[in-house]
Amino acid sequence: MELEKHEYDVVVVGAGGAGLRAAIEAHESGARTAVVCKSLLGKAHTVMAEGGIAAAMANLYPEDNWRVHFRDTMRGGKMLNHWRMAQLHAQEAPDRVRELEDWGALFDRTPDGLISQRDFGGHRYARLAHVGDRTGLELIRTLQQRTVALGIDVYMECTVTRLLTGPTGDGGAGGDRAITGAFGYWRESGRFIAWQAPSVVLATGGIGKSYKVTSNSWEYTGDGHSLALQAGATLVNMEFVQFHPTGMVWPPSVRGILVTESVRGDGGILKNSAGNRFMFDYIPDFFRKETAETEAEADRWYDDKKNNRRPPELLPRDEVARAINSEVKAGRGTPHGGVYLDIASRRSPEYIRKRLPSMYHQFKELAEVDITKEPMEVGPTCHYVMGGVEVDPDTEAGRLPGLFAAGEVAGGMHGSNRLGGNSLSDLLVFGRRAGQAAAEHARGRAGRVELPDDALADAGRAALAPFEREGGENPYTVQHDLQQTMHDLVGIIRTAPEMEQALERIAALKERVANLSVEGHRQYNPGWHLALDLPHMLTVSECIARAALEREESRGGHTRDDFPTADPEWGKRNLICSLAPDGSVALTRQPLPQMPAELAEIFEEVS
Amino acid sequence: MTYDATFRVWRGDAEGGDLQTFTVEVNEGEVVLDIIHRLQATQAGDLAVRWNCKAGKCGSCSAEINGRPRLMCMTRMSTFGEDETVTVTPMRAFPVIRDLVTDVSFNYEKAAQIPAFTPRPREKDGNHRMQQVDVERSQEFRKCIECFLCQDTCHVIRDHEENKAAFAGPRFLIRLAELDMHPLDVVDRRDAAQDEFGLGYCNITKCCSEVCPEGIHLTDNGIIPLKERVVDRKFDPLTWLGSKISRRPRD
Repeated sequence: MELEKHEYDVVVVGAGGAGLRAAIEAHESGARTAVVCKSLLGKAHTVMAEGGIAAAMANLYPEDNWRVHFRDTMRGGKMLNHWRMAQLHAQEAPDRVRELEDWGALFDRTPDGLISQRDFGGHRYARLAHVGDRTGLELIRTLQQRTVALGIDVYMECTVTRLLTGPTGDGGAGGDRAITGAFGYWRESGRFIAWQAPSVVLATGGIGKSYKVTSNSWEYTGDGHSLALQAGATLVNMEFVQFHPTGMVWPPSVRGILVTESVRGDGGILKNSAGNRFMFDYIPDFFRKETAETEAEADRWYDDKKNNRRPPELLPRDEVARAINSEVKAGRGTPHGGVYLDIASRRSPEYIRKRLPSMYHQFKELAEVDITKEPMEVGPTCHYVMGGVEVDPDTEAGRLPGLFAAGEVAGGMHGSNRLGGNSLSDLLVFGRRAGQAAAEHARGRAGRVELPDDALADAGRAALAPFEREGGENPYTVQHDLQQTMHDLVGIIRTAPEMEQALERIAALKERVANLSVEGHRQYNPGWHLALDLPHMLTVSECIARAALEREESRGGHTRDDFPTADPEWGKRNLICSLAPDGSVALTRQPLPQMPAELAEIFEEVS
Repeated sequence: MTYDATFRVWRGDAEGGDLQTFTVEVNEGEVVLDIIHRLQATQAGDLAVRWNCKAGKCGSCSAEINGRPRLMCMTRMSTFGEDETVTVTPMRAFPVIRDLVTDVSFNYEKAAQIPAFTPRPREKDGNHRMQQVDVERSQEFRKCIECFLCQDTCHVIRDHEENKAAFAGPRFLIRLAELDMHPLDVVDRRDAAQDEFGLGYCNITKCCSEVCPEGIHLTDNGIIPLKERVVDRKFDPLTWLGSKISRRPRD
């Protein structure tokens, strides 16, 4: 078998915010570092992030600090977050934002010349460092330029299909296997490539492409989740999938594309077809004390946060998404099955164009809607998975020596629901920590990992299998059926019979995937690439459905019609997915880590 | 609303290729990229195309549509007549890999050659202070999504492979302008702009600004001011003298 081989200390899989931040840190810690990414450098899904980076810098509100951010994050996640991750995240985010400026980022400014911060759902104070509504692009470009300046090796348009493991040789933690490298192919030529490395950082993002309506790009196939599972690591809380309340609903071809929460942060409101500002009808008791009761109070809040409470449009995303879903189901939706998001009647055209330039552009170009004159039609779209690789909060190490995970592919940080703006800060904080720990781990194991030929040959055979079969099904049809299944049966509102049906269908889809065939040859062949992505998508979909069936309560991004309330007992439990020897997904219940008393006090001190 | 369109799509690789004709369904609100995806799913499973965000934010799906450099995801089918044949070809300024995918490594090589951003030290309290009006000039260029359509359309390299060594193209001239206007940066890249990145090759025909999907005024706000600053340095005797007798950072 023709194979190109390389040797590194740290291989980072994924070149979004978390991957690049990890690579920069690993490199600066002295590790020989490579980044492997499926797209061209700078195209990662991070560019789609619009609103900003949440960090308690207190540039606009001196009252803000990490303790308030910590509290907001935990409450937004309905207390299921790993407390230690939420703590580190809130404490370190401001430094991670400031250091971006040293690498060339240009955030919008306050009148004093500091980094400006904007309001977002679930955040008590204006906290999101931003650049108009294209903050993700600024972040990715800054990290990309830093990566290039440091001379880090980047393998672009290269897909990892397997993580390689070998005996640890020292009987260390996590059993007897450890990471030895990764195997993949160049998308351009189809040729195989392997990296020998004692540390691999997964930074592969999410899983949204298993759903029909999603804000995610083709890259979001859950490959990192699935690779980790196959290598022997575990996933935590996969049942929690975030449906962003505001995706585009019309025209059909753009259904699901994100409409940033900044529209609401900057004054936009939600209305049903009767013209009612319906979010006032959906304020849950959990957030009642901090949410405005009247439209007048909500409107005053934008300028006076001390004496007024947040508009209900800025409740956490799970609450808003469920409310929109209910309005549409009750027959109060728009002609295209969404609700109205109106900023046109509330802010001047100049303000809208200045604050939301890319939303203005997106609606004008794709939907022929001028958002300075008309309301937008929006509805929920699959956006983010809270679940992911179970990691140590301080080092992002998975339950397999040498495996690290950061960003969306890692679990725990966001509990059952992520607050807007906490993703970009998560990437930076935990990307850096993962890079540091991966470099440290590699130092102890340099020269002690090998890539056995039989493992490489086996990975190669598996990758070429779709070409060997003839007359099988087309991968696009299977993908379509999976997306429809997850949309219909494991979506925003769930019931046991539907999820049982989903699991049956996933089992049938697995058989179809094992038999599909692809046309053409290995050179830049999207059909083949999809055929190799599909097993990952199915594994992850099975994890989501199994965990969602098991968790008999409603919490954050997991809503059960048959168990409509949060159950305090379930509030003390995580669900862990692992791979059983027969390749099926096994679930175990694990107690939530105990928050220390000095952090628990925060929930009493800040009202 | 739904109709059958005639699409001609270039298919081939570095060895050669030709336009293949397809009849394909088009529905209301669709963009060219939707149609290419439909071809993949129903008629040509191995049709190679780059794409990611499908919302004009990542700059992956660049191609030439009826001869014009465009993003496929932002080109609505309603801009064509139902009986109009739509021709999609790969960007011409770059070598073809396969079908609509080109080898854009030229751009990554040029990016790596630009002297890196180098900030002044932070203020005592650990912050950098800048005024909004000062960051906005560079922010315009940082909107760039690196679709490379400006590179594709620029006549200096579009049909002149031989110029690529000496000319970085509009994308990287505005990167140099961005760094030059960056309130925190302390490196002077004016000589490099002229001598290494070929600023002088640009004769400001503004084709790049015309095709930019982000509406960046590459020529007016980036390249022309950069040219002016280079000229100031080269021909202003006082500046010349100053640069000889002291090595102070500018500003």
